[in-house]
Amino acid sequence: MTTRTSNDAFVEFERVQKSYDGETLVVKDLNLTMPKGEFLTMLGPSGSGKTTCLMMLAGFETATHGEIKLDGRPINNIPPHKRGIGMVFQNYALFPHMTIAENLSFPLEVRNIGKSDREAKIKRALDMVEMGAFGGRRPAQLSGGQQQRVALARALVFEPELVLMDEPLGALDKQLREKMQFEITRLAHDLGITVVYVTHDQTEALTMSDRVAVFNDGVIQQLAPPDELYEQPANSFVAQFIGENNTLEGEVQEIRDGIAVVRLDDGELIDCKPVNVSRPGERTRVSIRPERVEFNKSRLKAGAHTLKAEVMEFIYMGDIFRTRVRVAGNDEFIIKTRNAPDQVRLEPGAQIEIGWLPEDCRALDA
Amino acid sequence: MTDIAQPLTTADGKPLKGALLRAQARARRRAFLLVLPLLAFILITFVFPIGQMLYRSVYNDGFTWHEDVTSGDRTPIMTNLATWFEANPPGTEPDEAAFAALAADLVTLRDLKAPGQAGTRINYELSGSRSMFTKAARSAKKLEPPYKEAILELDKDWGNPELWQAMRGASSSYTTNFYLAAIDRERDASGSVTMVPENRQVYVKLFTRTLSLSLLITFLTFILAYPIAHLLATLPLRHSNLLMILVLLPFWTSLLVRTTSWMVLLQSQGVLNDTLVGLGILGDDGRLQLMYNRAGTVISMTHILLPFMVLPLYSVMRMINPSYVRAARSLGATSWTAFRRIYFPQTVPGIGAGALLVFILAVGYYITPALVGGADGQLISNLIAFHMQKSLNWSLAAALAALLLAGVLLLYWLYDRLIGIDNLKLG
Repeated sequence: MTTRTSNDAFVEFERVQKSYDGETLVVKDLNLTMPKGEFLTMLGPSGSGKTTCLMMLAGFETATHGEIKLDGRPINNIPPHKRGIGMVFQNYALFPHMTIAENLSFPLEVRNIGKSDREAKIKRALDMVEMGAFGGRRPAQLSGGQQQRVALARALVFEPELVLMDEPLGALDKQLREKMQFEITRLAHDLGITVVYVTHDQTEALTMSDRVAVFNDGVIQQLAPPDELYEQPANSFVAQFIGENNTLEGEVQEIRDGIAVVRLDDGELIDCKPVNVSRPGERTRVSIRPERVEFNKSRLKAGAHTLKAEVMEFIYMGDIFRTRVRVAGNDEFIIKTRNAPDQVRLEPGAQIEIGWLPEDCRALDA
Repeated sequence: MTDIAQPLTTADGKPLKGALLRAQARARRRAFLLVLPLLAFILITFVFPIGQMLYRSVYNDGFTWHEDVTSGDRTPIMTNLATWFEANPPGTEPDEAAFAALAADLVTLRDLKAPGQAGTRINYELSGSRSMFTKAARSAKKLEPPYKEAILELDKDWGNPELWQAMRGASSSYTTNFYLAAIDRERDASGSVTMVPENRQVYVKLFTRTLSLSLLITFLTFILAYPIAHLLATLPLRHSNLLMILVLLPFWTSLLVRTTSWMVLLQSQGVLNDTLVGLGILGDDGRLQLMYNRAGTVISMTHILLPFMVLPLYSVMRMINPSYVRAARSLGATSWTAFRRIYFPQTVPGIGAGALLVFILAVGYYITPALVGGADGQLISNLIAFHMQKSLNWSLAAALAALLLAGVLLLYWLYDRLIGIDNLKLG
C-alpha cells in the first residue's frame, strides 16, 4: 500500500523518539533497519531504552515522534492485536487459568481458525519445542524452562513473521539458559522468522544474534555483527560493555600511516589503531582485550612498543589463567592466557614487559 | 553397619521420638498459651452465645417449668395436662379428664403466680390466649366438677381445638414449632403441618426479600467496584493512594452518620429531589420516593458495603501482572477479548470473596434498613430484632436467626464446591 523505502527493510525505525514525561527522552532519535529473517539483539544496561523500543514495536507504547514501519507499512496507529507480531515475555505471561494447549489455542481462536486446524497447529508447535506431552498441564505445573518453551511455542503457533523477545531467559539458571539460547536460534533460523531480542546479557547477545544493537542512554552506540562488536568496538562504552576490557588513558601524540602513537599519563608511548581520535593533542581512552595482551617477547613484532608491568595477582581459572598486573599506574590491568602445557605461570611480584599488536589496541573517545 | 530394626536413639541412648516430643513440647505449650486469650474470647463471646441461641430455638420451658425469681427454685407446671397429652394421641377431643387436668394445673399456676408465663408461651402460637390463662387461673380455686362445663363457662374458647394443639406442643420443653412458625407453618388441630392463613404469612416473604435484596446489593456493589478496583490497581501509586483514601473514607465515618446523610439526600424534600424539581426535570408533585422504601435500603446499603467489594477485588487485581493482557493483545486478541478471556477469569477469586463478604453482611444488616427501609425495605434481621425487643418471643427470634445462619452456611458450602475456599482472597 505504501512504497518501500529500501528493498530489504522489514522492520524500520525512522527518527523515533520517546518520552514518558515530556521532559526527558528515553529514546533519542532512533534509526534502525532490519532485513527479513534477521536475528537482531538490543543489548544495553537497564534504562537504556531497549525495552521501550521493543514495546513501541509491539504497540504497547506509542512513539512520541518518528515512524515505525513493518514490511513497509507504518504501524504507529495500528493496535497491537492487528500487528501480527509474536511476543515472548520476561515472565513468560502464560495464562495461569488455562492449560498449555488452551494457551496455544488462544491466538488461533481469536483468529477464528477451525478446530481441527487448531489442533494440528498446536501439536506442531508443541512438538517443535519438545513439549508435546504437556498439553493438558497448567503453567504452574511446569518448570521454568518448560514454561519458557511453551511461551516460545505460543508466540510461534500463529506463524508470525516477526517475533519479539523481552529478556526471555532472564529467570533460568545458567545451564538451561545456554541450552535455550541454542534452541531459540535454531528455531528462528529453521522457521526463517525475524527476531528482535532484548537482553542485558552480553554473552547471550554475542552467541545468538546476527547483529547486535548496543543501547546506552537512549541511543544506539553501535550496530554490528557480534565479532565486529567485540573486536572493533566503536567507542569506549561499547568496549567496556561488551566483554572484558583493559583501558589506559592518555593523549594522542601523532597519527601516521593508520597508527596513532599515544602518550600515556605516566609518559610512556604505545601504538594504537585510531578509531575515534583524529588529531594530535586529543585525550583518548585506549582499549585492549585481556587475551590480546602478550608478555612473551618472542611473539611480539620487532620494534613494537612495550610497557613495564608488575604482576599483582595470579588466578587459576581452569581453562584460562587470569593475571592482574600494574601497568602505567593502572592496578586493574588483566591478562588472560590459555592453560596450555608450555604456558608460563606468572608469580606475583615478577617484573615483566607486555605488548600487543597495534591493531588490537584501539584509541577510543575519552 | 548399624542394626536398622533397632529404634533410633539419641546420643545418650534415649528413644529419638520421645526426645523430639519433649523438645517440641515447650514450644507447643508456649504457642498454645499465646493463643489462649483469643481462644477463650471466641468461646465466650461467639461459640457459647450461638450455641445458646440454637438451643433456645428448640427449647422453651414457659409451659413446663416455673422458676421463682427470688429463690431460684424450679417447679414443674402443667404436669397433669402433659400426662393427659401423653396418654391421648393428637387430635383427640379433650374429655372430662383433660379439663380436670387443666383445672388442677391452673390451681398450681395460681399458687405459683405463673399463669402469665404459661399464657405467654401459648400466646406465641395463638394470640389472645394469654388473658384466658390469667382469667381462668384467678377463678381456678372455685372450679367444681364437671370441669369441662365449668371451664367452658369461663370462656368458650377453651374448647378451641387449636388451643389444645398449642398446649400439646408447649407441654414438652423441646419443640420444633418455632422453626415451623419461622417458615410460616403451624400444626393444625390434628397435629399435621399446614401453612398459616395468608394474612399471617410474613417470614417466608421476608426471607425471600432479604435474599433477593442482598443479591441485588451484591450485584450493584460488584458493578460499581470492579472499575474502581481496576483503576486502583493500575494507577501509579501516588494517585491510587488518594483514590484509596476516598474509597476507605466511608469506613472511617460512623454508620449512623452515613445512613442519615443518605436520608438528607434522598428524602422527598431532600437535596436530590429539590435539585431535580429546581432544574425543572420533575414536577413538584412528582417527587421521587427514594427513602423509606426498598430503593432507600438498596441505595444506602450498596454505598455502605461498597468497600467490602473494592478491597478484595483490588488485592487480587494488584497481583495480576499487566503482561498477561499484553500477551493476549500481542497474540491477536482485541482489548475486549483480552479482558473477557484473560483478565476477568483471573479476578474471579476476588469477585467471589467480595460477593461472599457483601452478601453475608447484607443478609444480616440491621441498622440501615431499620432507619431508611420504611415498611417495604425491612429485612429479616429487623424482624429478629422485633421479636427480641418487642414481642419478647426469643425462641422465634432464635429460630429465625438459626435459619439465616443455616442459609449463609449453605451458601458458603456452595461457594466452596463451585469455586473453592482456597481461592478466596480477602486481601
